[in-house]
Amino acid sequence: MHNLGSIDHIPIGEGREFQIGGLRVAVFRARDGSIFALQPGCPHRGGPLVDGITGAGLIVCPLHAYKFELATGRAVGHGCGVLQTYAASVSEAGEILVDAGASECAEAAA
Amino acid sequence: MTDKQKLVVIGNGMAGARLIEDVLARGGGGRFEIVVFGDEPYGNYNRILLSGVLAGTHDPKDIFLNPLSWYAENGVRLHAGVRVTEIDRAARLVRGEGGVAEAYDKLVIATGSSPFIPPVEGVDQEGVFVFRTLDDCRGINDYARGARRAAVIGGGLLGLEAARGLINLGVETHVVHLMPHLMEVQLDPQAGAVLRRQMEGMGARVHLEKATTAVLGDGRVTGLAFKDGTTLDCDMLVISAGIRPNVGLARAAGLGVERGIVVGDDLACPADPDVYAVGECAQHRGLVYGLVAPLWEQTQALADRLTGRDPRALYRGSKVSTKLKVMGVELAVMGLKEAEREDDEVVTYVEARRGVYKKLIIRGGRLAGAILLGAGQSAPALLQAFDRQTELPEDRAEVLFPLSAAAGAPSLAELPDMAQICNCNGVSKGQVAAAVASGCRSLKAVCDATRAGTGCGSCRPEVARLLEVIAGDLLVADAAAEYYVPGVPLAKPELIGAVREQGLRSVSAVFAALAGGREDPGSKAGLASLLKTVWGQDYVDERDARFINDRVHANIQKDRTFSVVPRIYGGVTSAAELRRIADVAEKYEVPMVKITGGQRIDLLGIPKEKLPGVWRDLGMPSGHAYSKSFRTCKTCVGTEFCRYGVGDSTALGVQIEKRFQGIEAPHKMKLAATGCPRNCAEATTKDLGAVAVDGGKWEIYIGGAAGSTVRKGDVLCVVDSHEEVLKYMGRFMQYYREHGKYLERTYAFVERVGIGRLRRLLIDDEEGICGRLDEEMQAAVDAYVDPWLEAAEPVHPAQFATVLEV
Repeated sequence: MHNLGSIDHIPIGEGREFQIGGLRVAVFRARDGSIFALQPGCPHRGGPLVDGITGAGLIVCPLHAYKFELATGRAVGHGCGVLQTYAASVSEAGEILVDAGASECAEAAA
Repeated sequence: MTDKQKLVVIGNGMAGARLIEDVLARGGGGRFEIVVFGDEPYGNYNRILLSGVLAGTHDPKDIFLNPLSWYAENGVRLHAGVRVTEIDRAARLVRGEGGVAEAYDKLVIATGSSPFIPPVEGVDQEGVFVFRTLDDCRGINDYARGARRAAVIGGGLLGLEAARGLINLGVETHVVHLMPHLMEVQLDPQAGAVLRRQMEGMGARVHLEKATTAVLGDGRVTGLAFKDGTTLDCDMLVISAGIRPNVGLARAAGLGVERGIVVGDDLACPADPDVYAVGECAQHRGLVYGLVAPLWEQTQALADRLTGRDPRALYRGSKVSTKLKVMGVELAVMGLKEAEREDDEVVTYVEARRGVYKKLIIRGGRLAGAILLGAGQSAPALLQAFDRQTELPEDRAEVLFPLSAAAGAPSLAELPDMAQICNCNGVSKGQVAAAVASGCRSLKAVCDATRAGTGCGSCRPEVARLLEVIAGDLLVADAAAEYYVPGVPLAKPELIGAVREQGLRSVSAVFAALAGGREDPGSKAGLASLLKTVWGQDYVDERDARFINDRVHANIQKDRTFSVVPRIYGGVTSAAELRRIADVAEKYEVPMVKITGGQRIDLLGIPKEKLPGVWRDLGMPSGHAYSKSFRTCKTCVGTEFCRYGVGDSTALGVQIEKRFQGIEAPHKMKLAATGCPRNCAEATTKDLGAVAVDGGKWEIYIGGAAGSTVRKGDVLCVVDSHEEVLKYMGRFMQYYREHGKYLERTYAFVERVGIGRLRRLLIDDEEGICGRLDEEMQAAVDAYVDPWLEAAEPVHPAQFATVLEV
């Protein structure tokens, strides 16, 4: 479990990327307070998902408007692949906790 | 356990089944337990295609809209083949044959019509048929095999379709009609005569002004006898002499019945607010409709009421316009078929040999009616002009004989499946057809499924036309087409009203109040734009509702870098400015420095984190190259230097840019000011353009475009000074901000509203809004703040950061 700092570092309704060891993770802060952690790049053409628009449990990639479910990483309305997701939550103290899996980070770093 | 109300529908035809579909589409399945009674032992089929079944072009199993399995899949209980015998309103019960009884909370009667059988002797014999149901088709098909000569009583649409079917089955076919010309409901005598020629050419014999007095025969039909004493031999008869609404049940239940079951604008019977009627059995404002489009409008309104989606939805009647194929001949009719008033203008064109007949009835410069026979190409444009009541061009020939830019190009029907319809997303005609075959029946559904029209959007009209060709009458007009944004079920004027009334100042407040709290991401940017326009400084700016370009005031590129375009007013720069730009390009190792079409300079490949630094070092305001707002005013040199110039276009262009820089709009606005009619700055193909003409005057053009759509702008007015140019341009821009659909460019907006109306509104001030428009624009101008000042004061520490340190 990685503590990525205060949730207030992410503007509400938006997402930002974090480096966890060798792994880059995108963390989204939905308006209702829930958070999600997924792979940062869109499987379509590599667009930066953190620059997209969230809402209704979805993230819309800014490059070509491909949509994905934040909770599951599933594609919505297209067949361009599924996003890798990671378990994420907010601690009592309002900090972002992401479980990116020790082995994944190490692999990515290797 | 269930709180659900019970909705019972009597009638499983096109209106009844469609009502159920519309209720389900609005989430009515949660509110209602739905039961439907159908006379015929089938699911709902497209009755319009029965002609095709008769003619052999359609297989019966292909015409089902809702096969039996659909009902089970959607939790709808269907009593197929059970005729309703009584509506007991006191007990709120519907009783059917075989002892079936269903209680109801809400009852919808959609019993349709039955064929009218003339009260003459001999109609009960073998070989006599009516033409209404699938079973009728089977009967006719089977009997026709052994028939030599068939007569069809009734020369209206249905009778002619029955005749076509019989001709295809190889039977010598005679059409017998009471009236002096065919299809007298839709056509005038001349058009009727043209149609008759076409039909005789196809092998039908036509007998007009024949009133049948008896059907001859001895148990089997042998012929017809007419009032004028003549007879016609035949060994088969199809009666297609009109339809009568099925009102027996309603009448017996004490509901008001005239020709049809009388309903109000709420589609309910005045005697009983829980009982409704839709479709061919219903009479609304004195009219009983026999075409399919009014039925769809009725079912949508009723479904809105029943499900609570819009409890005050009303049906106000339908404009009667339709496109059909009769005997393979294309026919479009709308509104009046004859002039009614002294000053109604009638324009007619006839080519009897080719079966072409075009008649327009014009009132007040708009279409009050039209008959188009054998004139496929003109029909869509005229149907649209009728529907929207747009002003017709002065030269009526333009609408009678449209000069299509694609003259000579294959029609949509002829295009091969591989032909690409949407270039942005590479969608072919075949893919669109496949989407329709798999059940998509609206423009929205097809675009969602194929991604056609979701790029630049220019192909959407063509996709819509293609859908008409492929799916025709089965197309559902998408209610959401009128919404300002898809996630909030309101058209723009209603949305603005609700926003003002309820004081909704942020995007999240709008979702909470008007969309049940669902924050549709596809709607956020459009709402943000609208709210900023409505509230100005009082807008509560939630940055997450902005598209990334507007969060960081730069244009995102394919590799996550951004492009920076500083403001260069009117395309006029200076050595000092160029030096600053060059210095910044070197300091930040900008990969590409490019001159833009908007007459300024673009620095491409800048990482997001560097944006504030770049802006500070440039010391120039934002060029707004990235937003849905005023972009540029290009110029050509004009009187300052040009030997041809008759106006100071550079000074005007600079003034225009200084005034309107950054003003938000439904879509980008590209302008130009040009110093003489040679138009070197291409002002006539811009959203707004100013062209200097002799005498110190300026022509103002609006609605031009030169992108994926090319359109020459319309002249709004001619003025005498720069100040007036600014005034009228600002006024049009403000009207566009208030009335344009989100992402509707001015070329589409001006077409939709019409230049005539825009001139009356903005120049003649017909509705007295000009003063307010000018004030609102001034307020927007006064409120303008250069977004690049956020370099010094970001709205959030992480505004320009992509990656955060842990």
